Amino acid sequence: MSSIKLKDISKYVCKNVNLEIFDKELLVLLGPNGAGKSTLLNIIAGLIDYQGSVFFDHKPVDKLPANKRRIGYLFQELNLFPHIDVAGNIAYGLRAQKQSRNEIRARVENLLQIMKIKHLSSYYPKQLSGGEKQRVALARALANLPRILLLDEPMNSVDYQTSKYLRTEFKILQKKLEITTIYVTHNFYEAEEMADRIAVLDKGKLEQIGLPEEIFFHPTKAVSDFIGESNILNGDYYHRLSF
Amino acid sequence: MKRYKIFKLKWEIIPIIIFLGIWEIIARINLISGHFFFPPFSTVVTEFWYLTVSGVLGPNFLSSLMRVLVGFSAGSIAGLLMGIIMGWNKVTNKALSPIISLIYPIPALGWLPLLMLWFGIGEILPITIIFICSFFPILYNTVTGINNVNKNYIFAARILGASDLKILSTVVVPLALPNIFTGLKLESGMAWRVIIAAEMVAIPTGIGALLMKAESLIRIDIIIVCLIILGVMCLSFENFFTFLEKKLTNRWR
Repeated sequence: MSSIKLKDISKYVCKNVNLEIFDKELLVLLGPNGAGKSTLLNIIAGLIDYQGSVFFDHKPVDKLPANKRRIGYLFQELNLFPHIDVAGNIAYGLRAQKQSRNEIRARVENLLQIMKIKHLSSYYPKQLSGGEKQRVALARALANLPRILLLDEPMNSVDYQTSKYLRTEFKILQKKLEITTIYVTHNFYEAEEMADRIAVLDKGKLEQIGLPEEIFFHPTKAVSDFIGESNILNGDYYHRLSF
Repeated sequence: MKRYKIFKLKWEIIPIIIFLGIWEIIARINLISGHFFFPPFSTVVTEFWYLTVSGVLGPNFLSSLMRVLVGFSAGSIAGLLMGIIMGWNKVTNKALSPIISLIYPIPALGWLPLLMLWFGIGEILPITIIFICSFFPILYNTVTGINNVNKNYIFAARILGASDLKILSTVVVPLALPNIFTGLKLESGMAWRVIIAAEMVAIPTGIGALLMKAESLIRIDIIIVCLIILGVMCLSFENFFTFLEKKLTNRWR
């Protein structure tokens, strides 16, 4: 897996962003709409031009095109290929990398099993529910054994219950696969639940970075404007014996 | 599902049978100026049979069919390839668009005098006319189809490690198919309309030429036979592409 470092990144609303994501870490990029979160993901993925430098494992990757960066990207709209069935969608990257047939079959089988979507392998995306699409998209993103996983507001299109279930599953999977992950959201509670660390971005500027409890209990002014000031009352704890 | 299809087909046939029946009755009771100018449907069928067994219809029909098949296939393939290049490559699109925009509005038959002087009266002439008639609309539909493909699918494929060629062949062109088929459906029918017109004006063989000969002999029954063949062929070609489109895209659309 990989650590990621962004040095003086500028593009659209983002101005001189510096950020480091540790190896195997799940960093949540939190911020309101238009803060530049998706722009940063696209820069890391190499999908758009930018000023500044991106490092994977301390090596610059600015000249590396998107198809060589070995990144798994779960897009906000998921972008499952509508004309290819579930198994084909998952196998797409493996075929593009010219893996052997047997290898592709084994890997797809394995991912279908991990994601619990084996029964959907011959379905087309239009036949799937929001949660099922989510699983297929994640399986596709993981198929190429990426060194970095980028998730752009992945729970936007699913209902609250499914989202909660998928988040728990994903968190377990991320720890199991030990894959460096950036998870973008504008929902603080989602961020708090998922993150090893949270980076708060607003108007293209990195406002605060730290552990979820640091952000929650000690937000900077700009961050508290966004997440809302926590209503904390000091009190003493008495243990009351029951008779 | 199958029962429904048969049921639907029956309903499609009924209005045609009623129409042919009314035609037959009107002609038989001499409602419109007698058999000569308005022959009954049964006379047209008899004439169709006579033209077929006497070997008049077959060669003419095959001449027209061959011209349409060759001209339309060549025009569609060229339009498709050029459309893919122009849709994918912005520089080529910018360079060629002004020239194509200038040539596209010229009706295919407008080229006839020029092509007659260039190629003379021969097989090249109608085939070139059909080529021109098919090439531009299919090119435009392909470019539009490719431009309409959501860029996010291209991003997704790129992230998954696909090369430009792979993205083009496995994502962009398949997703542009509905637009491409719109062009193919319209132009396959149009190719027949244009070939008949071209044969009527400038080529001595084919269904269009037979139409003109029938007109000079005042054989209305033969004219109607030719028009029915034209209608059936336009419809068959359009239906073939509708069927192909459904076969290729219905699963995922």
